[in-house]
Amino acid sequence: MTLASILIQLLNGLAAAASLFLVSAGLSLIFGVTRIVNFAHGSLYMLGLYGAYSLIEFFGRTPLGFWGAVVLAALAVGLVGVLIEVLVLRRIYRAPELFQLLATFAVVLVIKDIALFTWGAEDLVGPRAPGLSMAVEIMGRRIPAYDLLLIAIGPVVLALLWLLLTRTRWGALVRAATQDREMVGALGVDQAKLFTSVFFVGSVLAGLGGALQIPREPANLELDLAIIADAFVVTVVGGLGSIGGAFLAAIIIGVAKAFCIGIGTVTWFGFEISFSKLTLVVEFLIMALVLVVRPYGLLGKPQAAQRAAEPAPRLQVPSWTFALVWLALLALVPLVADRYTTILLTDIVCFALFSVSLHFIMGPAGMVSFGHAAYFGIGAYAAGLLMKRFGLPMEAALLLAPLVAGLFAIVYGWFCVRLSGVYLAMLTLAFAQISWSIVFQWDSMTGGSNGVFGVWPSAWLADKTTYYYLALVLCGAGIVFLWRVLFSPFGYALRAGRDSPLRAEAIGIDLRGFQWAAFVLVGALAGLAGAVYAFSKGSISPSSISIAQSTDGLIMVLLGGVETLTGPVVGAAIFTWLRDVVARNTEFWRAVMGGVILLIVLLFPQGLVGGLKALVARWREQRA
Amino acid sequence: MTAPPMLEVKDLHAFYGRAHILHGISLEVRAGEVVALLGRNGAGKSTAMKAIMGLVPPARGEVSFAGQRIERLPPYRIARLGLGYVPEERRIFTELSVMENLEVGRQAARAGVPLWTEDKLFALFPNLARMRERPGGRMSGGEQQMLTIARTLMGNPSCVLLDEPSEGLAPIIVEEMANSIRALKGEGVSVILCEQNLHFALGVADRAYIIEKGQIRFGGSMAELAANESLREQYLSV
Repeated sequence: MTLASILIQLLNGLAAAASLFLVSAGLSLIFGVTRIVNFAHGSLYMLGLYGAYSLIEFFGRTPLGFWGAVVLAALAVGLVGVLIEVLVLRRIYRAPELFQLLATFAVVLVIKDIALFTWGAEDLVGPRAPGLSMAVEIMGRRIPAYDLLLIAIGPVVLALLWLLLTRTRWGALVRAATQDREMVGALGVDQAKLFTSVFFVGSVLAGLGGALQIPREPANLELDLAIIADAFVVTVVGGLGSIGGAFLAAIIIGVAKAFCIGIGTVTWFGFEISFSKLTLVVEFLIMALVLVVRPYGLLGKPQAAQRAAEPAPRLQVPSWTFALVWLALLALVPLVADRYTTILLTDIVCFALFSVSLHFIMGPAGMVSFGHAAYFGIGAYAAGLLMKRFGLPMEAALLLAPLVAGLFAIVYGWFCVRLSGVYLAMLTLAFAQISWSIVFQWDSMTGGSNGVFGVWPSAWLADKTTYYYLALVLCGAGIVFLWRVLFSPFGYALRAGRDSPLRAEAIGIDLRGFQWAAFVLVGALAGLAGAVYAFSKGSISPSSISIAQSTDGLIMVLLGGVETLTGPVVGAAIFTWLRDVVARNTEFWRAVMGGVILLIVLLFPQGLVGGLKALVARWREQRA
Repeated sequence: MTAPPMLEVKDLHAFYGRAHILHGISLEVRAGEVVALLGRNGAGKSTAMKAIMGLVPPARGEVSFAGQRIERLPPYRIARLGLGYVPEERRIFTELSVMENLEVGRQAARAGVPLWTEDKLFALFPNLARMRERPGGRMSGGEQQMLTIARTLMGNPSCVLLDEPSEGLAPIIVEEMANSIRALKGEGVSVILCEQNLHFALGVADRAYIIEKGQIRFGGSMAELAANESLREQYLSV
């Protein structure tokens, strides 16, 4: 590489870092004060791009029209953020944090479909910035003038935010609330107003980040989850709640990505290394590295302990009779149901095991995973590839697949159990994305974006009803096994570790080791669910390992409720069934699903099963 | 005829998680009074403060402040009525400077209540004046205790809930603290003081309640309490 090309890549990276910083700063600000991991933040960014596109079309492609549109789009997105806060989140600040997460997933679904409805499914290519469409010559290379402007905008926004946070009363309130919001309330500050204002500022930043990208990137419907993953990485690498850290991390990641693209394919010692393929993973590699060395990010501090956490409710183990009666009932269904229902039930059974395994790790084991699809997907791919590429019989592939998923869980888990809380959740997301991008790009092995086809079960299992019984037995056994494990000494140790890590270690529990083992256990069982699912569909696509698949799992668990063991099964059943019904009837199934989830969140802040139990308890009390 | 009390608590019950901590306490504070709430560790003093302030939602009972029922109000509304709260753990904003900590506590002036400014507070707590820009996290325990009181006073309260102000402080600082509380009384601010340190309470309070296992066991003047050794023996000695 010449000096000039290094400089060009550097400038490219810095320009890309600007929007990344704006989005991440907003996310960090909102998280700091409200403790909400706002998955909908990426959707706000996406709205910024779409909004700027439409407003520029409306105002005309003049400098005033362009910049007016950018600013107005950002402000409009700020108002959308306020709407989300006031209509949804404000009502559930007292609900468990995970439930707030579920609400933001629902908002993601709703916004995606609003965008689909308003702007259509086609990518929209925006205009170049009027007056800035020329290029500037630097060391013989041409750099778009707009990129240079973006490079300048990053530090300017950083400086403005810094002034806002350190020189105004609002800033003092925000920083105080980031540390101890209850105390801020006891001093007479209306938290609701403060939260709304923080949401406004954070959302404006997301919208501005999006709007500024319109000359560089077409507006499309995939941006929401793509940018939220990037923004999570940046906030975590920089340290949650640290605006300066977000700036630093955005630059590191922006530049690293630019260099990966710029370097292209290099041959070292006879090995061809494709750096451009690394582009999709490099940020996650950086994140994994940073978190191992600095568990709170580059400029972050250990999280303030959460106050007054409600003690976790007692789990009740479903009795053997309960489990067997349900298995028997489910076994009878194909006798009366049609083929379609049987296939749907097979899906539900697979997702039930997926959901229960996720619940095991995030509920009783206390480690929230944003990337559980990694193990589901690896299980699915392992099953398919062992059969198609390595020529194993289907039965062997099906049984070995969970072991492969477990192997990956051994590696990923080793890193993850060294962290806790949101940092841990983000690292699981990182590993899932690393797995996804390997699968997505390794065409010769995994079929890349097309996936693997012709993954059908052996002849004796080919009948849909027979396969349903196989799925029922395998997944049912997996679910019951996980439930029993929770009431073994191992399960008690995990729960002790969740409730008080210090005390658990003080009585001699090797907490990290136990958590690691739990990681591997649920990884293997999620892998089993993926493998069973793969053979029932006959094909595997990279979406089985995507962020969307991980969030589906979270929705299932949270919908049913983390507080009961049956909740995740009910959640999986309702989610899978509802999605099937709704998707058959409308193109806008996401909005309907999101709406239903929001209703449930607002009506049953304990999850469906928890909410029903509370209702029954109240009804009994009234009768007594 | 006497004026109604400034703060009146009737039959207050509160839970912490599932544990029933307050079993119906009643007490009152009149304008300008310093009242001590005494009791051993775990007797329910802090929970009583938090329940009055709305930080632990009362399960049953009434709390009236300045002629208004407040037991269902959120803490910020209660604070804005003029009830100040100084937590036991101090809960200083460690990242914020002394001046910024005070800024967070600032509320609008209130009619008939002393108006506190930074300068007036620095006169009351001269130590703080020398460290205006110091982050709260880099102050000693005594300095933090001064700051947490000053921060609450920035809201111009007519009554302050003071949770164990003498806890963990050097004797000389405890003496300073007693002077500050007497100064508050001199300004006309009412105070409820949670204490385990009877000696400290005797020096500043007009009246006292004794709380034990979430119930009020005694209410009377400091003189009565000082004279009744068996009472002290039963509820306060360690």
